[in-house]
Amino acid sequence: MSTTYRTCPRSGLQFEAQAERLMLVNAVAAVVFLLVGGILAVGVVLTRWPAVHWLSADAFYMVLTAHGIDMLIFWIIFFEMAVLYFCSSTLLRCRIATPRMAWLGFALMLIGAVTNNVAVFRGSSSVMMTSYVPMMAEPAFYLGLILFAVGALIGCFVFLGTLVVAKREKTYQGSIPLVTFGAVTATIIAVFTITSGAIILIPTFLMSVGVINQVDPLVYRTIWWAFGHSSQQINVAAHISIWYAIAAICFGAKPMSERVSRGAFLLYILFLQLASAHHLLADPGMSTEWKVVNTSYFMYFAVLASMIHGLTIPGAIEVAQREKGYTKGLFEWLRKAPWGNPVFSGMFISLIGFGFLGGISGVMMGTEQLNMLIHNTIYVPGHFHATVVVGTTLSFMALTYFLIPVLFKREMINPGLAKLQPYMFGLSMYFFCLVMMGAGTLGVSRRHWDMAMGGSPLAYEFPGAAYLMMGLVGIAGIAAILGGAIYIYITVGSLLWGKKLDAGVQTTQTIPLPKTPMPNVVVQSHGSAGFAAPGTFALAMVFLISFVLYYFINWKYLSQVWGLS
Amino acid sequence: MSAILPPAERLWWKHPLDRVEGTWIVIAFIWCMIMFAMMVGWHIYGKQNLSTETYKTTPELFSKKAQDVVDKYTVRKETDKEIPVVHPPPGSDVYLVARLWDWWPIIELEKDKTYKLHLTSMDFNHGFSLQPVNINIQVVPGYEHVVKVTPNQSGTFSIVCNEFCGIGHANMAGRIYVK
Repeated sequence: MSTTYRTCPRSGLQFEAQAERLMLVNAVAAVVFLLVGGILAVGVVLTRWPAVHWLSADAFYMVLTAHGIDMLIFWIIFFEMAVLYFCSSTLLRCRIATPRMAWLGFALMLIGAVTNNVAVFRGSSSVMMTSYVPMMAEPAFYLGLILFAVGALIGCFVFLGTLVVAKREKTYQGSIPLVTFGAVTATIIAVFTITSGAIILIPTFLMSVGVINQVDPLVYRTIWWAFGHSSQQINVAAHISIWYAIAAICFGAKPMSERVSRGAFLLYILFLQLASAHHLLADPGMSTEWKVVNTSYFMYFAVLASMIHGLTIPGAIEVAQREKGYTKGLFEWLRKAPWGNPVFSGMFISLIGFGFLGGISGVMMGTEQLNMLIHNTIYVPGHFHATVVVGTTLSFMALTYFLIPVLFKREMINPGLAKLQPYMFGLSMYFFCLVMMGAGTLGVSRRHWDMAMGGSPLAYEFPGAAYLMMGLVGIAGIAAILGGAIYIYITVGSLLWGKKLDAGVQTTQTIPLPKTPMPNVVVQSHGSAGFAAPGTFALAMVFLISFVLYYFINWKYLSQVWGLS
Repeated sequence: MSAILPPAERLWWKHPLDRVEGTWIVIAFIWCMIMFAMMVGWHIYGKQNLSTETYKTTPELFSKKAQDVVDKYTVRKETDKEIPVVHPPPGSDVYLVARLWDWWPIIELEKDKTYKLHLTSMDFNHGFSLQPVNINIQVVPGYEHVVKVTPNQSGTFSIVCNEFCGIGHANMAGRIYVK
């Protein structure tokens, strides 16, 4: 098959024509769904802000259903498809395998996403993203998700096929890059995830059209979460790969140790999936042993992996910076980092927020007994906005700022605003997550239209602090939505009217990656006490102390509530 | 050598690890084991562990058992809807029905006494959220979950539904008194 390759003059990356177009359409589709989800977020936030309480109950539940699915599934997985093609075809400098199949996958995903959205906006499928049976949505709701899942599965196999092409056509030497390795991790998790989704959504679809009578509610919950939670684990693997990529792009940082970073990804493949048990800890039916083993990722090995990535990524940046001469004290490397470059600032804000807010709260929630304190409270969305919005979405935004000149071949419009965007979006999300978790600790429910409970005679009167927290959720949410709107304005604006940039040299043959030269072994001339990255280690210790304190505060609180056995 | 290029050494698993990484891995591993031990240890020494006693049930079967308890132990009725307030003897079985959109009946318990609370849903999933204690348990239709509870404070407690169950979800409330 004939195709062309171009070498981007700004980054040195080589893009194959078919893969490039696929990345473009997937990224654009992703941004469109982010836009839809973002508009819906306005409705969610302004209704949960008690003083505003904007939408009616049925509109609110519809908007919340669509917001969840558009953001958590469509925006993220479309973008991930672009990332997968980038990590295979671009990083390995090869043609994409079976481009027609990749287009078919994209078409199925798009048709599925639109079908699902139409079903939700018709108003009779307000079943939330989780669509727990026996509450039923329209058949088109499930059909849309199934089509989308099949399309995404095709995309995963195109990615794996592309790795085979690269290997066979010898476009690189030795092992695949770490970032591609991370993408393989994400893909393996994705195949498991999407298959689980199909296993449970197909019978549910059949139930909605009346072919079968019943899907057991508990079986549904168990298998659905192997799809619902695991799809967020794809994101973790994907955005951590992006962090490594951005550290490499902005600093030329190399992994401190390939063995450690790849070993951590292997731990993800082995253990990360077990976490779908987090959603079933307060359920009847499952045994204690099942809950304990699964919720802890079999003895917290996936937490270990995340803690490793959390050290090695800033560590790699620190080492690269120290080699450039920023060696004063513990933190000169960090102070002198390019904080005005949204690619870096977005990635770093994402990393810190994901670890401190998303990571610590996630482990707390995932502890079998502690889970009873927050199950289905608004603490839960507080946690996952820290992981999926601060972690995944902000990383994708940071990567987009790199891709605008490189992939889209456009000069970014309004770089001043772009500089500001990660701070505005990231920091308001930090605050948003914190106050949401605060409200959850006070018992405020998630997916709830009215915390005053419509004047029901038995209504619980939430404390004033809970109302205050929910008001702050509203304010922080609006600030974050504005931050998201700036991202969309810059991305779409650059694409439409940014100055066109030179596409670079076109060739009909790929130029294989040269062998990476062995580094000159030099005596380590930086760091202190034998530590190559002492500043990062200090930050890691701050993280550990916060983690330990917060973890035990919750146990203390649990020990004071009613006895349960 | 950077993360977006193939590693210089093909055998990446032989790449040495830095001291900072080695130290951190050891610390993180110990912390992971402590957390695991906490969760297991709480089952042995802790007083707040969710029971896993579960039976398959049907709305008819469960309503009948709940009705029997209501018939036997109702002490008064409350609100315009005449909701029965049930005061069962300590140690007995108490049935709480979750349905669109209320928790039925109202339950009156004694402080520091243990009861077997039976939970199920008549229709969709519901969420048992006891406030202001903030204990939250999923209520799944078709499954009867038997939870032993020992209230350690007296007062009026509310049950909020915190699993989305349709248009009336936000008004779904219940009550437990502890004397």
